[in-house]
Amino acid sequence: MAGRVLLIEDEPNIIEAIRFILSRDGWHVDVHSIGETAVAAVHERAPDVLVLDVMLPGRSGYDILADLRADKVTEKLPVLMLTARGQKADRDMAMRAGADRFMTKPFANEDVLAAVRDLASA
Amino acid sequence: MTDTPPPPDPQDAPFLARQSYVQRRLGDAARLLPLVGVLLFLLPLLWLMNAEAPRTARGLIYVFAIWTGLIVVAAWLAPRLMHRPPKAIDTSDSPTHEP
Amino acid sequence: MLTFNLLLLVCLAYVAFLFAVAFLAEKRAERGQGSWLRSPMVYTLSLSIYCTAWTFYGAVGNAARNGLEFVTIYLGPTLVMIGWWALLRKLVRIGRAQRITSIADLISSRYGKSTALGVIVTVMAVVGTTPYIALQLQSVTLSFAVFAGNDATGGGWDPSDLNFSALWVAAGLAVFTLLFGTRSIDANERHHGVVMAIALEAIVKLVALLAVGIFVVWGVAGGPGAMLDLIDTAPVGAWELRPGRWVGLMFLSAAAFLTLPRMFQVMVVENSDERHLATASWAFPLYLMLISLFVLPIAVTGLAHLPGDANPDLFVLTVPLAFDQDILAMLSFLGGFSSATSMVIVAAIALSTMVSNHIVLPVWLNSQQGGAALSGDVRGVLLLSRRVSICVILALGYIYFRLSGAGAALAAIGLVSFTGVAQVLPAMLGGLFWRGATRVGAIAGLVVGFSIWGWTLFLPSFGEGSVIPATVLAEGPFGVGWLRPHALFGIDGIDRVVHAVLWSMVLNTGVFVFTSFLTFPQPLERLQGAAFVQVFRRSAGPRGWADNRAETEDLLVMAQRIIGAAEAQALFSRAAEAQGKGGYLPDATPAFLETLERQLAGSVGAATAHAMLGQITGGSSLSVEELMRVADETAQIMEYSSRLEAQSAELGRTAGQLREANEKLTALSIQKDAFLSQISHELRTPMTSIRAFSEILRDSGALEEGERTKYSSIIHGEAQRLTRLLDDLLDLSVLENGQVTLNLAEVRLADILDRAEAAALSGDASLVVRRDAAIADAVLTTDPDRLAQVFINLISNAQKYCDGSAPELTIAIRFADASMTLDFIDNGTGIPRESQAMIFEKFSRLSDHRAAGGAGLGLAICREVMARLGGRIAYLPGQGGAAFRVTIPLGLAQVA
Repeated sequence: MAGRVLLIEDEPNIIEAIRFILSRDGWHVDVHSIGETAVAAVHERAPDVLVLDVMLPGRSGYDILADLRADKVTEKLPVLMLTARGQKADRDMAMRAGADRFMTKPFANEDVLAAVRDLASA
Repeated sequence: MTDTPPPPDPQDAPFLARQSYVQRRLGDAARLLPLVGVLLFLLPLLWLMNAEAPRTARGLIYVFAIWTGLIVVAAWLAPRLMHRPPKAIDTSDSPTHEP
Repeated sequence: MLTFNLLLLVCLAYVAFLFAVAFLAEKRAERGQGSWLRSPMVYTLSLSIYCTAWTFYGAVGNAARNGLEFVTIYLGPTLVMIGWWALLRKLVRIGRAQRITSIADLISSRYGKSTALGVIVTVMAVVGTTPYIALQLQSVTLSFAVFAGNDATGGGWDPSDLNFSALWVAAGLAVFTLLFGTRSIDANERHHGVVMAIALEAIVKLVALLAVGIFVVWGVAGGPGAMLDLIDTAPVGAWELRPGRWVGLMFLSAAAFLTLPRMFQVMVVENSDERHLATASWAFPLYLMLISLFVLPIAVTGLAHLPGDANPDLFVLTVPLAFDQDILAMLSFLGGFSSATSMVIVAAIALSTMVSNHIVLPVWLNSQQGGAALSGDVRGVLLLSRRVSICVILALGYIYFRLSGAGAALAAIGLVSFTGVAQVLPAMLGGLFWRGATRVGAIAGLVVGFSIWGWTLFLPSFGEGSVIPATVLAEGPFGVGWLRPHALFGIDGIDRVVHAVLWSMVLNTGVFVFTSFLTFPQPLERLQGAAFVQVFRRSAGPRGWADNRAETEDLLVMAQRIIGAAEAQALFSRAAEAQGKGGYLPDATPAFLETLERQLAGSVGAATAHAMLGQITGGSSLSVEELMRVADETAQIMEYSSRLEAQSAELGRTAGQLREANEKLTALSIQKDAFLSQISHELRTPMTSIRAFSEILRDSGALEEGERTKYSSIIHGEAQRLTRLLDDLLDLSVLENGQVTLNLAEVRLADILDRAEAAALSGDASLVVRRDAAIADAVLTTDPDRLAQVFINLISNAQKYCDGSAPELTIAIRFADASMTLDFIDNGTGIPRESQAMIFEKFSRLSDHRAAGGAGLGLAICREVMARLGGRIAYLPGQGGAAFRVTIPLGLAQVA
């Protein structure tokens, strides 16, 4: 089953890669790159799975996630967090903020794909 | 000087004290000099007591002689006053008014 | 025969020569070659403006009328000079310590920085000096008249032409004074050109008078003995010694020597070294003696050889002319001209400083309501008001000259003036030696003394019946006999000048002392009183400011407006260094505020500087507890505490350094964690793309050719980005370890900037770069590639971060001894104060703008590069936008 994925990320090359990986599997991929307006974009696009980067211009991924979890509509939305900071503290923070999955960059393509599939079917 | 216990710089201390003593007396002399000048320049007033009126030519010589003398003394004092020991503390602000 | 036109020509040539001398002296001083301009001899010669045209012409006239009495006018100053150790030394020390700008400033500063006193003394000085300036114009005009009358061919010169010539003289003096007297507004930046010119004029007038004297003694009388005989047989041969005048005039001239605004200007304000005073203490009396040596011989020669109706005031000119000594007469004319002009120039400078600092500026500050110190153009107002004052003062002198006519004898006008300015003496001496003197006492004494002077001497000097009606002179106002101007309290028969001096000084001093007893000084007065009276005992001045929350950046902005940008920045960075901090912004401690106030006082006077600082600091000057501490007399007895103070100051400085070091270390430790996290992020981001696309290329066999190429080039680009980052890190590490080889070359600065601009902007015209014209000529020896690296960083930073609506980057250059500073100033909002200390650290991007590209290593690299190049880079606060100052040595020695 393929659904809609919203990718919130600001590095153009990483966007290109993830879009390719997920599209090939039949997913419809929307992209948003600005931290401040990310929450609104989630409401507008209503994705099945959210892929969220931590370091965004304007607002950090943790803050965005906290907002989403505090909202009735989006509190159950499956979220996969990506970060380029690979320390354990970062993983803890992501889990505390309410991420369902957490991956460190660089990632294996099939891991991302598997994680999105898992989250969508859960 | 040989029987005193050796201070850090046995040669310097008495020498410095003496120099600063001399400096202070020079300062006193410098303060006194204008007063001496005033007295000497007022002296011609006493000539009025004489039966005969004072002559201008004599006065001219007197005034310029005193004047030269004061300049010479001041010129002798000035460089000596400026060569002060480096750390002397100046207490020279007792009110000495000009007359 | 001397023609009038020839005289005019010589006169003009002489003036042109003076302009050239002043101009050259200014030039040399600007280039820092002015040490010989500041010799003790130049100082001594500049004091000779005491000898005005009054001396040059009037002394001989006086000697012809009253014999030896003329000499009292020079004996007074002689006594003051040889007594320098007791009085002048203290005056000069205070003048330097408090950065006093004028006699009015001295009085105002001593009595609690009082604006009222500044105004009173200024008004008195202007009123007292105007007749004196008129006197100078009159003497120049009279000397012209001698030649005009003597000139058979010139013809057609009537008195109105002579008035016209006085007007031209006044205008010429105004031009000279404007050109050389208002170049700098700080009293402690001295007027080299003016001082040099008046020193030269001092020589001219001395030589002229000596030449005429030698001529009459040896050329006419036939030797000193014969001259003495001539004196003995002259009308003045019997010495009519008038005790009152002999003592009174000696006292009056001593007092005026101290209080004349122009004397205060050359003696205290223009003094650059206290030791010069030691030389002048005997050299100036010598000058005075030489000037007066031949006065009596010239006078008796004139009386013996000239017709009975000849004006004795012009004997110096007419005696040589009578003996057909044209060259001598010409020299003598130039001497008189020199005496008059040098006096007028210095008096105009001194008075204009007083008028602008004590009258114009306070009025302007009040009218600007509050923010003037920050927003107004103080420098501009100051310069304009000085220039206008100079013109007004000279115009007043000219008007007085026209109104009073050429009636009164020269010496009489001079004595009127002397008595007026001498009224400042009690307040001045009381201020120097008596801590109990109060502001109210000083005001009362000055007003009383000045009023008596006006009533008994100044107003009657306009002539009987002109200002004061003849009946009042004879019977007193409203018939009150004991108020008669020439016989106060019914005591008649005293010489008029002595009468005025006696009553004005006695009542002035009496009222001053008595009122001081009755009134209690304000806190600031007590502090200033202690600082003045004990100037030798206290090394550091008293604190006039309490701890407060003043924003140092505001203070910097204000200081830059008054004393100029470079001066202010140097002052602030010195203060920051003394507090153990780096950069340009020291803490606004009481000590710093005190220093700053004194620096500003050198430009605008003590009262105004105090008021301006008060505007910014919210007037938090001095609490009662602080005053208790200062006023506690016992605290001063404990001399040994000064050593403790020095130690605790040292400790305080060390503690400050430690605190700052600790704060920096803490910040650095946080930064180090952030650094690891950052570097991880910076490395992983490109690696993510590389890994993802290489997996795509590996796993998906059926890619189109276009896609394959695109993904390969993404991998390639990201790999390059990684390389760049590693290069930067390595570069920084090499720079930090000092293992750099510099490739030194002599290059034009402009070439490096061209290169940097091209590389940084690469055709993008959104940022406008403006350069100083002076950059075009700058050549230096440095490593051009490394320097270009720094410039590229600064320019591209401005391009990225400048948020002005029309982004603009100004590059300004300034040269110092062996280095140049380049300021890169943009018109954005600048960098917030709290971030200024961190921007040169690694990875300290102020915002998370990834769009900005770099990894936050740029400024860190710049700092290291500049250190290797022997220079510095620093953030320059208070310039509006973001500003960086790069200091580069002009020539870098090859380091092995």
